[in-house]
Amino acid sequence: MKPPLFDYCSAQSVQDALQKLHETPGALILAGGQSLIPAMNFRLVSPSTLIDINRIPEFRKVEVTSDGIVVGATIRHRDLELDAAVHAANPLLRLALAHVAHVPIRNRGTTVGSLCHADAAAEMPMILLLTGGSVMAQSVSGTRTIPAEEFYKFHMTTAKASDELIVSARFPALPRGAGYGFAEFARRRGDYALAAVGAIVSCDDSGIVTDARLAACGIGSKPVRLTAAENALNGRRADKAAMAEAALATADAVTAPDDTQVTQAYRRHLLAGLTRQVLAQAVSARKEAIA
Amino acid sequence: MSTRQFGAKISRNIDPELLRGEGKFTDDIPLPGALHAAFVRSPFARARIEAIDTSDALACPGVVAVYTCDNIEHLDRELPLLIPHPSMNNARTQRPLAREDVYYVGQPVAMVVAVNRYVAEDAALLVDVDYDALDVELDMEKAILDDAPLVHPSHPNNIAADFTQVSGNPDTAIAAAEHVTKLRVQVDRSTAAPMECRTVAAWFDHVSSELTVWDGTQAPIGVRGGLASLFDLDEDKVRVIAPHVGGGFGQKVMFPYADEILVPYAAINLGKPIKYIEDRRENFIGSNQERTQIHTIELYATKSGEVLALSDDFLHDTGAFIPYGIAVAQVASTSIAGPYRIPNIRVRFRAVYTPTVPVTPYRGCGRPQACFAIERAMDQLADELGIDRFEIRRRNLIRDDEFPYARDGLLFADGLQVKHDSGQYLRALEMAREAIGWDDFPAKQAEARAEGRYLGLGLAFYVEGTGLGPYEGGHIKIHPITGKVYVNTGLAGQGQGHETSFAQIVADQLGVNVSDVIFREGDTGAYDWGVATFASRAAVVSGNAIYKAAKVVRQQLVEAAANMLEAPTDEIELTDGYASVKGTNRKIAYSTIATATNPLRYAFNEAAQIATQFAPASKHDGPPLAEGQHPGLEATDYFSPSCATWAYGVHAAIVEIDPVTCRVVFHKYVCIHDCGNMINPTIVEGQVMGGLAQGIGGALFEHIEFDDDGNLTNANFVDFLIPYATEIPDIEIQHLETPSPLNPLGVKGVGEAGCIAVGATVASGLADAVSHVSGSKFHYTPVTPDMILEALPQGTAQPPD
Ligand SMILES: Cc1cc2nc3c(=O)[nH]c(=O)nc-3n(C[C@H](O)[C@H](O)[C@H](O)COP(=O)(O)OP(=O)(O)OC[C@H]3O[C@@H](n4cnc5c(N)ncnc54)[C@H](O)[C@@H]3O)c2cc1C
Repeated sequence: MKPPLFDYCSAQSVQDALQKLHETPGALILAGGQSLIPAMNFRLVSPSTLIDINRIPEFRKVEVTSDGIVVGATIRHRDLELDAAVHAANPLLRLALAHVAHVPIRNRGTTVGSLCHADAAAEMPMILLLTGGSVMAQSVSGTRTIPAEEFYKFHMTTAKASDELIVSARFPALPRGAGYGFAEFARRRGDYALAAVGAIVSCDDSGIVTDARLAACGIGSKPVRLTAAENALNGRRADKAAMAEAALATADAVTAPDDTQVTQAYRRHLLAGLTRQVLAQAVSARKEAIA
Repeated sequence: MSTRQFGAKISRNIDPELLRGEGKFTDDIPLPGALHAAFVRSPFARARIEAIDTSDALACPGVVAVYTCDNIEHLDRELPLLIPHPSMNNARTQRPLAREDVYYVGQPVAMVVAVNRYVAEDAALLVDVDYDALDVELDMEKAILDDAPLVHPSHPNNIAADFTQVSGNPDTAIAAAEHVTKLRVQVDRSTAAPMECRTVAAWFDHVSSELTVWDGTQAPIGVRGGLASLFDLDEDKVRVIAPHVGGGFGQKVMFPYADEILVPYAAINLGKPIKYIEDRRENFIGSNQERTQIHTIELYATKSGEVLALSDDFLHDTGAFIPYGIAVAQVASTSIAGPYRIPNIRVRFRAVYTPTVPVTPYRGCGRPQACFAIERAMDQLADELGIDRFEIRRRNLIRDDEFPYARDGLLFADGLQVKHDSGQYLRALEMAREAIGWDDFPAKQAEARAEGRYLGLGLAFYVEGTGLGPYEGGHIKIHPITGKVYVNTGLAGQGQGHETSFAQIVADQLGVNVSDVIFREGDTGAYDWGVATFASRAAVVSGNAIYKAAKVVRQQLVEAAANMLEAPTDEIELTDGYASVKGTNRKIAYSTIATATNPLRYAFNEAAQIATQFAPASKHDGPPLAEGQHPGLEATDYFSPSCATWAYGVHAAIVEIDPVTCRVVFHKYVCIHDCGNMINPTIVEGQVMGGLAQGIGGALFEHIEFDDDGNLTNANFVDFLIPYATEIPDIEIQHLETPSPLNPLGVKGVGEAGCIAVGATVASGLADAVSHVSGSKFHYTPVTPDMILEALPQGTAQPPD
C-alpha cells in the first residue's frame, strides 16, 4: 500500500496551476487528498504529478449572496458545514455535510474535491444536483459553467476535461418559503450512503405543490433526480397519499446492482422509505417557515 | 501499602504511553540501514505455477534480492504442524514460498527485498509468474461431494479431519426422548483485523553470530524455538522480542508465517537488518482467519423441556492448510452443550480444506459457533414446547451443587477432560432476567406491535474453557539499587494490560506500589520458559505462577528483614517498600535488604558498603553465601493447571428493527459474567467490552467475502465493516465472582468472553422481534440488512407514521 513514483508541485496561483495542468500529461489536482491519496496507495490511480492547489489564496473563500453560495476550491467540508451564512442561505448543505465521513476527514477534505471525485454515493454531488447548482471549470483556454445535471456522467466520471480545474461550485439558495429534507442510511455512521435522498418542496398559498425537487445518491452510477416521484407530487396537495405514491414511484431510479453489502431489492425498499421521511420533513419544515 | 491491590479498579499503567503515540512497536525499532521486504502473492485460489521470472524485478534500481522457493535453501519445505492430532492424516501445511502449486489468493510466491517498501512494492509487480489456474469450490457443503475439485489431491472430498466424540450414552437417551428439535445454523468467515498488522524485523550480528528478531507475535518463545530449529542455531543465539503489539486476537499466535522465517533468513543472507510491516490488504489475504462452521444440531428432550441428549454434526472450514491442527473445531465440539447438563452427547466434525486463507484461532476460537448452535437450538426447543426461554434454560442449567461437572468422553483443546469447575449458572440467568426486565417485556412488546414496531428480546448463555496449560512461569527479583520489583513471564502482551494486573498481584504480596513493579514479558532474552498468550490464559496461568513466585520472595524478605532488624519473623510487616517491626518505627528499605543479601566485593555506591567483605554485617563463619543459598531477593515458580477452568456468562438484549433501513437498534444490552475472582474489574470490563464490540461486528457487520473464484473481494476497511464506536450500544455489565477451585488466586480467563454470545443474542432478539409476522429464525451470522428485510412482511417500505 505504497503509491508508485510521482512528482509533486505546489501551485502558487490559479494561472500557475492551470499552466502546469496544461503542460503535464497524467497530472492530477491535489485538494484535501482524502480520496486521492488512499486511491494512490491502493495503486488504483497513478498520476504522473500532483498539482497541489492548497496554497492558492483565491480558492480559500466562500461567498454568500441572496441567490446562492459560491464555494472556493479548497474550502473544507467542515468550514462549509459550520458557516452560519451558508446555513441561512441553504440549510440543506449543513444537513448533508453532517453525513460526509467523520469530522477529521471533513476537516481536511474539500467540498469541491468531493464534487470532482464524483463518487456515486457521495452526498454533495447530490445536493448540487438537487439545488440546481453548477461548477465553474477553468483551463488555460478559458472558463465555463457546467450545471450539475451535465457535470455528472458516471461513478467517478465528470464532464471536466483533463486540463480543467474546478475553481468553484455554486449552490443556489433555498427558494423562499420552500420546505426541505434530507435523509440517508449507511450501515456505519459516516460511511458512504447506501442511499441518501434530499427534497425541496415549494407550494402555492393553497398548499398545492408547485415545484417538488427530489434527488438521491448511492442508488446508481451517479446522483439522480427522482423525476417520477416529483411528478407524483407536482400539482397536488402534499398529503400522506401523495407522499406514499411518490415514495413508491422511486423504485425504477435504483439501478445499482446487488453488491457485497446489499441487494438492489433492499436499495429500492430503503429509497422508498427515505423518500417518505424527507417528504414528511419537507412538509413540516414548510409549515414552520410559514408560521 | 495497606489497601489490597488485587480486586482494585486501577487504571492501566500502559495507556498514557500508548495514547500519546509513544508506544514501541516493531516499526518503531530503530534499525539503521534496514532494508524492506514485500511479497508477491498468488492472485489465484488454486493454480499450478508454470514459471517464475524475477529478472525484471532484480533489475529495478534499489532492489537487493528476490527470493523464490528456489533460492531459500533449507527453508524450502513444508512448515511444522504445530498441534498434531490423530484425527488428521497427512495434515497439510504451507511452504514459506509456493513451489509448483498455490492454494489460496494471497499465498506468498516470492519475496522482494529493497532499499525501501516503495521500491519493494514496485519491484514485486515486476515479478512475472506464469500460472495455470485450476477449478475451485468455495462452498464447503459442495466441496465434500465426490466430484468437487480438490484443494490437495492427497485429500479426497477435501476432508482434513473427521472426528467424533461421545459423552454418556446418546443412543439410549435418544430412544427415550419425547421431542426432538433439529436445526442447521451457520456462522461465517471473519478475521481478527488487529489495529497493527503483523510485523517482523530481524538483524543478524555477524560478530557475535546472534540473530535478533522483533516480531509482533503472541508467542515469542515458540517463534524462537521454530527459528532455532529451522536455522539450526543454538537457542541462546536467537532472541525473539515481541515489543508493543497492537492487538492479536489469536491471529498472531500461529507461527511461523512465511515472513517470520524469510525475514530472518534474508537478514542472515544479506548481512543487513530487514523489516517487513504487513499492510492491511496483506493482513486480509495473508494472515489467518476463522469462523465458518455449519452445524446440524439436534436436541432430544422430554415434553417438560429437559434435554436428554444432543447430537451435532458440523463442517469446519480450515482454509487451505491446517497448521494449528483441529484446535478450533475441537473447542467448538467440546463447548457444544454450553452450560447445560445434557448428559448424553454425540458430536462429530469434519474439517474441510477450502482454497482460502488458512484458519487458526480468532478470539472465541470455535466458541461463538458452538454457542450460536446450542442457544438457537434452545430457543427453538422452547418455542416448540411452549416454554418460556428463560425457563427452559433454568430447567437444564448445571446446578450449583453439581460442580465440578465433568463430561466424560469429551477432551478439550488441552487434551484433558471437559470439567466445569465452578459457577452459579442459575443465579446468573436470574440476574439477566431481572436486568433486562423480562417480566415487563411482553407488555412492552405487545404495545410496540400494536404501533407496527418490531421489538424483540434476545438471550444467550455461554461458557468458556479458559486458562489452558501446559504451564507458565513467573520470575521475580527485587532490584538492590532502587528496591523496585522486577517481574518476568514468558507471555507476550497485545494490549491486555498485563503490566497492571500482574503488578497488582505482586504488589499485595510484597507490599509495594503498583508503580514500583517493573513488568517485562515478550523477550526471550529476559525470560524464556513458557508457552504463549492465547485461550484467555494469561491471568490464570502466568498470574498464578507470578503469585507463587511472589510468595517465595515475600518469605525471603521477611526472613532477611527479621535478621537485619533483629526481630522475630512474625513481627515483620511489609508496606510501601519497607520492612518494619510491628508497633515500632524500626524499618528498613527493600533496596537495603536486597543489597545486604548480596555479598559484595566492590562498594559501587554508598548503600553497597554494608554488603562488602569488611562490613560488620558481613561477618560469617562460613562462605559469604551458604551452601544452597542464592544472592539477593529472587525466585522463580511455575503454575501448571490440572485442567481448564470454565468461565461463563449470560447476555440479554432488547432490540428493535427499523423497518426502513433494516438497522438493528439496541435499546438495552446486559452482560452478566463470571470470571472468578477479578484481579482488576476495570481491565475485566475493558476485555468484556472489547469482546462485545467484536461480537457485534461478527453478529451484524464483519464478513469476509469471497467470490466464486476465491478472491477476497472486501480486503480493506472500506468494505469489511468493523463497527465504529457509534455502532456499539451502551452495555450494562454485572459481575459475579465464583472462585475457581483449580488455582490459588481463584481466577478464570476473560479475554475471549465478550464476543462469544453476541451473535446468538442478536439472532435471538431479531427472531423474537418478527415472530408475529414471520418464521425467520436467524440461523446465520453476520445478519445483513437483506436478511432482516426478508423477515419483514412485504410492503414494509411504508413505515408507520
Ligand atoms: C474514511 C472516509 C470516509 C468518507 N466518507 C465519505 C462520505 O460518506 N461521503 C462523501 O461524500 N465522501 C466521503 N469521503 C470522501 C471525502 O469527502 C473526500 O474528502 C472527498 O471525496 C474528496 O475531497 P478531497 O478534498 O479530499 O479531494 P482529493 O482527494 O484531493 O481529490 C479527489 C479527486 O478530485 C480531483 N480534484 C480535487 N479538487 C479538484 C479541483 N478543484 N479541480 C479538479 N479536480 C479536482 C482530484 O484530482 C482527485 O481526482 C470519505 C473519505 C474517507 C477517507
